[in-house]
Amino acid sequence: MAAKKKLMQGNEACAEGALYAGCKFYAGYPITPSTEVAEIMSVELPKRGGKFIQMEDEIASMAATIGGSLAGLKSLTATSGPGFSLKQEALGYACLTEVPCVVINVMRGGPSTGYPTGPSQSDIMQAKWGTHGDHPAIALTPAYVQEILDETVRAFNLSEKYRTPVVVLYDEIVGHMREPITIPEPGDLEVIDRAKPDCDPEDYKPYDDKHLIAPLAPFGEGYRFHVTGLNHKEDGFPTNDSEMIDINNRRIMQKIDDNIDDICKNDESNLEDAEIGIFAVGSTSRSAKFSVNAARKKSIKAGLLRPLTIWPFPDKAVGELAEKCKVIIVPELNLGQMVNEVKRVAAGRCEVVGIHRVDGEPIKPAQITELIEKYS
Amino acid sequence: MADRYEIRFSGSGGQGMILAGIIMAEAASIFGDKNAAQSQSYGPESRGGASRAEVIIADAGVDIDYPKATAIDCMLALTQTACTSYYSDVKKDGILLIDEDEVTDIPEGDFKVVKYPILRAAREDIGKSIVGNIISLGMITELTGIVSREEMENAVLSRVPKPFLELNKSALTLGFEKASALKKEL
Amino acid sequence: MAVAKQKLSVPFDYDKYLRKDKLPHIWCPGCGHGIVLKSLLRAIDNKELSKNDLCMVSGIGCSSRTPGYVDFNTLHTIHGRAFSFATGLKLAKPSLKMIIATGDGDAMAIGGNHFIHTCRRNIDMLIIVYSNAIYGMTGGQFSPTTPIGSIATTSRYGNVEPPFDICEMAKAAGATFVARGTAYHTQELERTFTEALGHKGTAVVEVIDSCPIYFGRMNKQRGASEMMENIEKNGTVSVKQVDKLPAEKTEGKLVRGILHRVEKPEYCEQYDKLIVAKATK
Repeated sequence: MAAKKKLMQGNEACAEGALYAGCKFYAGYPITPSTEVAEIMSVELPKRGGKFIQMEDEIASMAATIGGSLAGLKSLTATSGPGFSLKQEALGYACLTEVPCVVINVMRGGPSTGYPTGPSQSDIMQAKWGTHGDHPAIALTPAYVQEILDETVRAFNLSEKYRTPVVVLYDEIVGHMREPITIPEPGDLEVIDRAKPDCDPEDYKPYDDKHLIAPLAPFGEGYRFHVTGLNHKEDGFPTNDSEMIDINNRRIMQKIDDNIDDICKNDESNLEDAEIGIFAVGSTSRSAKFSVNAARKKSIKAGLLRPLTIWPFPDKAVGELAEKCKVIIVPELNLGQMVNEVKRVAAGRCEVVGIHRVDGEPIKPAQITELIEKYS
Repeated sequence: MADRYEIRFSGSGGQGMILAGIIMAEAASIFGDKNAAQSQSYGPESRGGASRAEVIIADAGVDIDYPKATAIDCMLALTQTACTSYYSDVKKDGILLIDEDEVTDIPEGDFKVVKYPILRAAREDIGKSIVGNIISLGMITELTGIVSREEMENAVLSRVPKPFLELNKSALTLGFEKASALKKEL
Repeated sequence: MAVAKQKLSVPFDYDKYLRKDKLPHIWCPGCGHGIVLKSLLRAIDNKELSKNDLCMVSGIGCSSRTPGYVDFNTLHTIHGRAFSFATGLKLAKPSLKMIIATGDGDAMAIGGNHFIHTCRRNIDMLIIVYSNAIYGMTGGQFSPTTPIGSIATTSRYGNVEPPFDICEMAKAAGATFVARGTAYHTQELERTFTEALGHKGTAVVEVIDSCPIYFGRMNKQRGASEMMENIEKNGTVSVKQVDKLPAEKTEGKLVRGILHRVEKPEYCEQYDKLIVAKATK
């Protein structure tokens, strides 16, 4: 057992998870605090028959990542706030063209260049609404180093399964901290590969609406099809037919909506009898767990809902929390992003209060404890 | 041991504070059977500027949730700036280990102060100022007992390149011995 | 008629390369893009390239609609980024034969940085820049190749920006095959494309093309045939003749033909030779 345990940085665990999932292509651009992911992939991919390329900018990195995936390789890029902004148009392209890929965003203080070495959770909404147009969004929020590895594997699985980009969001604290983790052996974690067509190339429809998610053929293997960022028909070619546009735009949302239970994942602690609920992700959820444990020692009925999938939003779990709690506290390293989603779901069933911090410092357990005690 | 044992390494960029934190975390969680979480904060400079690494240690199976220091059991300060900026989180009866040449304005509090010319010893006794962090690790091991000498030695030796094994071993041993003597005065 | 001077070649079956059910194309009457495509398809046929290996990638603009009409692996991407999508595809699957269809706005303005770095890497792909000095898709705005003084919908008083020389740009950035052709000199263009498709590395072919609907109308060039004649008579001179003609006959004219060709290590081969070899040692 001891041999498999390793002290690893969050960003290292991310690269390790990507490789475990079978990632064979990485395109990226240097940016703090995500760069370690690129550095490791540049060393490891060539050893395993994979390809690494440092592109000329963030936009090109996202584009090349999509290109790599269309060639049939599981593809990854990693970035941080400003780079995530630059990637948005191409990210939307991947949503509409349904090309699987994983984007790591190690969140840092913003707006603009902001505070590159300071932690932040201010890209929660960008992960959902960053690119224009209605589009599906899956974003995962690991909080522990082991979880970054596991969730990066899950990100690839969801991406391949649902033919859509998946964003992994974590803050600088989790990205740069080190914890002992167990590297999984092959077979320990599920690894999903995209479905490939087995039909005659003549009959292949890359956006066949008979399937919610059609198989995706790699380029260069006999299925000569067309991919465009224009609204398209089931054969992939552009269309001005309003009915076809409507069907396709709804289908790419429906494939997520119909599978919420498969995509959503939460970690709950002390929620059974909780009267004071806390909703938090990433490093903030670790502060929250510390505070919940401290509150329980004082017999205060506090509990933590920690989503590992923040998009689609865990409406069901938050709704249940709102039913049983008198208050939900939402600590987040931004000026109020998740808190409004929690308010939407709670819809007046309980009080919802935020704790917000944008000074480059983590939310300290004492801040959360103070509020817990106020409501106890 | 309580649920958490908190150690902070502070100095300036280039003094190996983050490496010291990593080695301490590995001594505890890889070469020892405890749990550990190591984090750091740093500015944009690779050299100079204030640098700080923290290690939280807990018994095996105990989750370390908040990964940053809350009440520090032991803190190292290799520069005056680091000492002044970061000492205030040291808890009652905690240990503040300072480089006595560098930190002349010693903060007062209900913690214990251990003074030693760490960087001078690295320079003069070992011959390389770069091993100041390793001497510090030896001292902290001895002062706190949070990891064993053997666990620390294994952790140090697994992190240093082969040509520097002996050098680092000497630095670590120096740290063990000096702290062993100083501990008696606490 | 200028067109009659061109000797017609043997009948050629364009259909085998086209997605006939996607025609008619969107290009305006008089646009040269279809002519360029014909030369390209003939060149592809000359090189006996497999449709399954061919991969055409484009950005946004009139020329970028080309991939929709050809029966290859085709990717119509976002504005300016075709090079980057194509770089990912090529590196991930080096057996693909990459062709980029782009325009002067797509390649030189919004995609300028990617164009430069693609040339610098010398990654194996043919980049065709359909150069008509205008943004046609959006209705006639000036582009980075619009001549000084020309009228466009965003330069009603005349364009004040000096134009890029696409070929010089490509050469300076490191492309190892650089050529210029025109939509008038179709057989020469076919030969140029044939050579370019046989080249290992980044090959850039600028094709001087005309947009009678926007550029022509706004700049008092009455029609498609007049613009074609202008390309022939006033616009360009062959690289084979440029040194033989007196200066007054070549001044202000763009030089046609293969302007630059060198052998240099290609990116994907270098990746295998240097990176993979060291990583797996």
